[in-house]
Amino acid sequence: DARIAAFVCSILRSSLELKMAGHLDFMSMFVTHPICDAARHCGGVWTRNFDDVNSQILYYPHNPTSAFAHDYLVGEYRRIASSIEELTGHKITAQALGESIDVFNENRRHLRELYRIKRDTPWLISTVEAYSLTRAAGLMPREEHNLLLRKALPLIESRSAKPQDRIRVVFEGGFCEQPAIDMLAVIQDACYIVDDDLMIGLRWITEDVVAGDDPLDALATAYFESSSYSPVQRDERKPKEKMLLERIRGANAEAAIVGAAKMCEPGLEEQVGYSRALDEEGIPHLVMEFEEKMNVFEQVRMEVETFAESLLFEFA
Amino acid sequence: MTENKKALAGTTRLMSREMMGSWWQSLTDADAEGRPVANVFVMGSIAEILRTFDLPMSFPEVAALQTAVRGRSMEYLLAAEDYGYSPDICGYVKVDTGLHISGRNHPQGKLPEPAIVVATNMCNTYIKWAEIWERMYGCPVFVLDLPGWRGSDFHYGLDGATFESDRCYVEGQLGELITVCEQVTGTKFDVDKLRDIMLEVNRMSELYQEILTLNENRPAPFNAVTEGINYMGIANAFRGAPEGNLFMETVLAELKERVADGKGAVAEEKFRLMLVGTACYSNFRDFNGLFEQWGGTFVASEYMSYAGGGIDRGIHYDVSRPLESLAEQILLTAQPSMSGIFHSHDWLAKQFERYSVDGICFHGVKSCRTTSTGLPDTREWLFKNMDIPGLFIQSDLVDSRLWAEAQLKNRVDAFFESLESRRVLAGR
Repeated sequence: DARIAAFVCSILRSSLELKMAGHLDFMSMFVTHPICDAARHCGGVWTRNFDDVNSQILYYPHNPTSAFAHDYLVGEYRRIASSIEELTGHKITAQALGESIDVFNENRRHLRELYRIKRDTPWLISTVEAYSLTRAAGLMPREEHNLLLRKALPLIESRSAKPQDRIRVVFEGGFCEQPAIDMLAVIQDACYIVDDDLMIGLRWITEDVVAGDDPLDALATAYFESSSYSPVQRDERKPKEKMLLERIRGANAEAAIVGAAKMCEPGLEEQVGYSRALDEEGIPHLVMEFEEKMNVFEQVRMEVETFAESLLFEFA
Repeated sequence: MTENKKALAGTTRLMSREMMGSWWQSLTDADAEGRPVANVFVMGSIAEILRTFDLPMSFPEVAALQTAVRGRSMEYLLAAEDYGYSPDICGYVKVDTGLHISGRNHPQGKLPEPAIVVATNMCNTYIKWAEIWERMYGCPVFVLDLPGWRGSDFHYGLDGATFESDRCYVEGQLGELITVCEQVTGTKFDVDKLRDIMLEVNRMSELYQEILTLNENRPAPFNAVTEGINYMGIANAFRGAPEGNLFMETVLAELKERVADGKGAVAEEKFRLMLVGTACYSNFRDFNGLFEQWGGTFVASEYMSYAGGGIDRGIHYDVSRPLESLAEQILLTAQPSMSGIFHSHDWLAKQFERYSVDGICFHGVKSCRTTSTGLPDTREWLFKNMDIPGLFIQSDLVDSRLWAEAQLKNRVDAFFESLESRRVLAGR
């Protein structure tokens, strides 16, 4: 609290807390991008406080439909790549980048398959299981995560669980700060979450990237042309309400839970647009706030159960 | 000479009131006549291009703060909260939304429907805000992306590869913005008109810098919070307009007169202060009063930099290459004035010395995470590393529910007591 104002989301505070408590001493570089007004301060706060970390801001374009954004982003990728080269003493070759892109392509294919299972047969895997499997990607080398998913996905599909009478919902609002896992458990007790934007960064690119001769160029193209959506990226080709409606229809969901992290300005602002669009389309939805550190879930349970029960009666 | 002095005293205040009145009238008239209006923001308004197309500029931040100064912001805040907006988001956004959903009747005039919105990324909330109008009115939204500070050991200058990449990106976007403005107004772009406006901005920047420099005097001739905000408001609304420069010339003359007469912003200047963060408009006079009662005057304010669109940083447009120079200078002035917020300790330390400041007030507001998120850390760093005393307090821009007078007074009083103790210990 002495470093970051109290009206800022948990994620900025908890990441700083982890570093100050010595849990991130292995880190040499910290790359953030200015997705919101609070996150833009990460680079400054970390630079001031930690001499042992190279804190960089990767400035993703806010005008992705500009004809000049692509070359600019390639330049940004090159700048970050050269910082990594300087730090590690290793040249990043096109071949190495191509191989890395292959690993990440495979990873995203597995995650897309995991989400297909969630959509088509949500009774085979709980939300908490699917979320934990996805989130593990942030804690291990992607090659190991690929091995994990190669093993796990067939096992999930071979399960013999039977469908239950639960409503199918999309959970929206987990694009940055994540809800506590116990909160997801409370929701899954009452609903099938058939699609969501949890850990969307891991699934931002929606198709395989073809590295070609210039992998950084290919990554920039994928960022603009084959990517998901979130409240922190404006792309006039992807109005957020329209994208949410597509997500709901694509998952054959009956309702939505529109969450936002407490003190998350973009999330809270988007909630209003989402809620009005869902009203117009006659799609039932529940609006709620969460915090990654929350530890009391009775209120959430009551709200979700009431919401789910009212819909079960309505759809019956 | 004496008569001239008398004629100047108070002139600035009257002039600023009249000019803001005429600005509101221009918006009201445009709305009545159905002429296109541009909604823009104070950080990176890109007035140079919009003025070339004679597009009246509506600044929703200015409109929002004016409701608060007049004690009217709560009705709009509550209207927006009834509409669905959270108490935890930007108060400016909510006041503006409240105005739009309740008929656009501002206490000072009619808030027009935007025909175009130009939002920079200097505050990410600008982009979310622009999307609200996009939903309401279906108007085109142009996001002018101005890349900024990149982190550890980042040096930004004309000779750097990153700067060149940024400049190309920004110059390209300016060309795209011109195309959108041509479509909205049906007017062809006139590069010579742009050159004239750029020359006016060069002059305004010189004058603004001279005005700020006058506060190096002891006593400081103006209060950077109460009076500085007026100067900044005119700098925004009249950027690139000759009448804006006439105003700055008058301010300069009046302040020089005060310096010559030994007159300060307060009757007896005891403490020289700097404000980091924003003003508190819902309790504008009360806020300043907490400091003035101790003989404290704000001789400098970070707000006059970033919310003045970086005009304090020294704009030097080269009109022989207008668009290239416009892109270059925006990146060297407007963008650093905002990026500086994130990594401000070096700049603040320099301002501390420059204005002989005794202490810094860091004012955090929930309404603005752009300016407020890192304030406690900056304060801590400056105190530990440079022994610069700082006070961190919180209220809001426009939401009077967040004004806690007794708590604020306790903290401010304790801060002044500590400044007095430092003086005693230092034998001053």
